[in-house]
Amino acid sequence: MDWNLVISSLGPLWGGALLGTIPLSLASFALGLVLALLLALARMSSIVPLAALARLIISIVRGTPMLVQLFVIFYGLPSIGVVLPPWPSAIIALSINVGGYAAEVIRAAILSVPAGQWEAGYTVGMSRVTTLRRVILPQAARVSVPPLSNTFISLVKDTSLAATILVTELFREAQRIAAFSNEFMLIYIEAAAIYWIICLVLSTAQGRIEKRLDRYVAHA
Amino acid sequence: MSPTPESASAPLLRTTGLRKSFGSLEVLKGIDLAVPRGRVLVLIGPSGSGKTTVLRSLNALEVPDAGVIELEGEALDFAAPASKKERQRQRETLRDASGMVFQHYNLFPHRTVLQNVTEGPIVVQGRPRAEAEAEATSLLERVGLGDKRDVYPFQLSGGQQQRVGIVRALALKPKLLLFDEPTSALDPEIVGDVLTIMKQLAEEGWTMVVVTHELGFAREVADEVLFLDGGVIVERGAPQQLLRDPRQPRTRAFLDRLLRPLD
Ligand SMILES: Nc1ncnc2c1ncn2[C@@H]1O[C@H](COP(=O)(O)OP(=O)(O)OP(=O)(O)O)[C@@H](O)[C@H]1O
Ligand SMILES: [Mg+2]
Repeated sequence: MDWNLVISSLGPLWGGALLGTIPLSLASFALGLVLALLLALARMSSIVPLAALARLIISIVRGTPMLVQLFVIFYGLPSIGVVLPPWPSAIIALSINVGGYAAEVIRAAILSVPAGQWEAGYTVGMSRVTTLRRVILPQAARVSVPPLSNTFISLVKDTSLAATILVTELFREAQRIAAFSNEFMLIYIEAAAIYWIICLVLSTAQGRIEKRLDRYVAHA
Repeated sequence: MSPTPESASAPLLRTTGLRKSFGSLEVLKGIDLAVPRGRVLVLIGPSGSGKTTVLRSLNALEVPDAGVIELEGEALDFAAPASKKERQRQRETLRDASGMVFQHYNLFPHRTVLQNVTEGPIVVQGRPRAEAEAEATSLLERVGLGDKRDVYPFQLSGGQQQRVGIVRALALKPKLLLFDEPTSALDPEIVGDVLTIMKQLAEEGWTMVVVTHELGFAREVADEVLFLDGGVIVERGAPQQLLRDPRQPRTRAFLDRLLRPLD
């Protein structure tokens, strides 16, 4: 094994992770969650066209490959005059995906909060929006942490697709180093190890968040 | 803290011809009732008779299909078609005026006891935190929960949770307190604690509408008892008369069943 290459490649690979993969994941997750909440609320709305539209968007996002979505945005949109650089294109595609998947998670979590909680909010004088914000969402957050963590972990791995539209992140760095060193096995396993480490850290964080949010729940 | 006594002449609340259907099921078929200021109205009746629906209409958790709710002389008409905005205003008027105590407490599980009580005063009424917390604390002390203010609801017994439920309603300083079978989810030995608190509230002059099967409470505390069956008020009267010597056979049958469930 070429230890020199292992060591000299660590810098660029971690550089790709810290400057590409991780910020791309964080930005897309944050935007994706906002989109997901809006889609979930729209889907539950009593305004029929709005609910139908949300349903359609969720269905399209979940029913088409993300690689294809990326290509439509990055290579397709320019032909109708919309030219987006790699980073914004990647963030848009990734957050739309998070939005599509997390919308259903959030919707289920909101529906899992008993109706009596809405009513309790109303009877202390809160509006629907205030009740949602202060009573329902905090309780929905607790049940949605495990599935949303899965969404986030998938997202981190999916950011590797951004390499195909020229975003400099972990996987693109790996491709570059592998190509000039010809050590494909070594470099790609190294890249895989870095993804794995990131995901392990995330799982640990998930455990902590769950524990924190569980403080108000009885334990058998 | 007790409500300020005002002119006792006009009732605080009056409903006329209140109707409500769920789909094809007509649940309220014209409810007329009046609650004078500082008085206690008790609703009794068999399961499914519409008691909860009456209470829920009074604080707009249900919107009646027809009828008028008059609050301090202001008439809220539910028969007339109204804009969304108008309905919203009717809802707010009713909700601002009333506090509700639920059968299953419906405390906010993610907030401490103190936060449960101060949520309304601080977030909705915009009162200063320090003031709201001091007041909540003294109310909690009054019901014997001074040492529980910083625990979460799951750490409390049913009776303690219901006392928090009552304090949460009181902290809003509503004109009207609504109770929907507040003791029917409780173990028998703690029912008395909660009823005692409710009796004290009545003595302090709170205006209350109470749905309950506790006939002892009705007899001692109610100013008027209404017997509801099939969405209509079958009989109404002073507790002594209605509970001891009902005029209507349906009332009598209901009370007999309640007192001798095994016969
Ligand atoms: N949201 C609803 N949708 C459909 N039907 C309803 C709804 N709420 C109540 N009902 C029906 O209306 C009728 C009256 O219900 P309500 O809860 O007012 O009765 P209640 O007198 O409080 O009964 P209980 O003593 O069992 O609490 C019942 O037949 C009930 O099934
Ligand atoms: Mg009921």
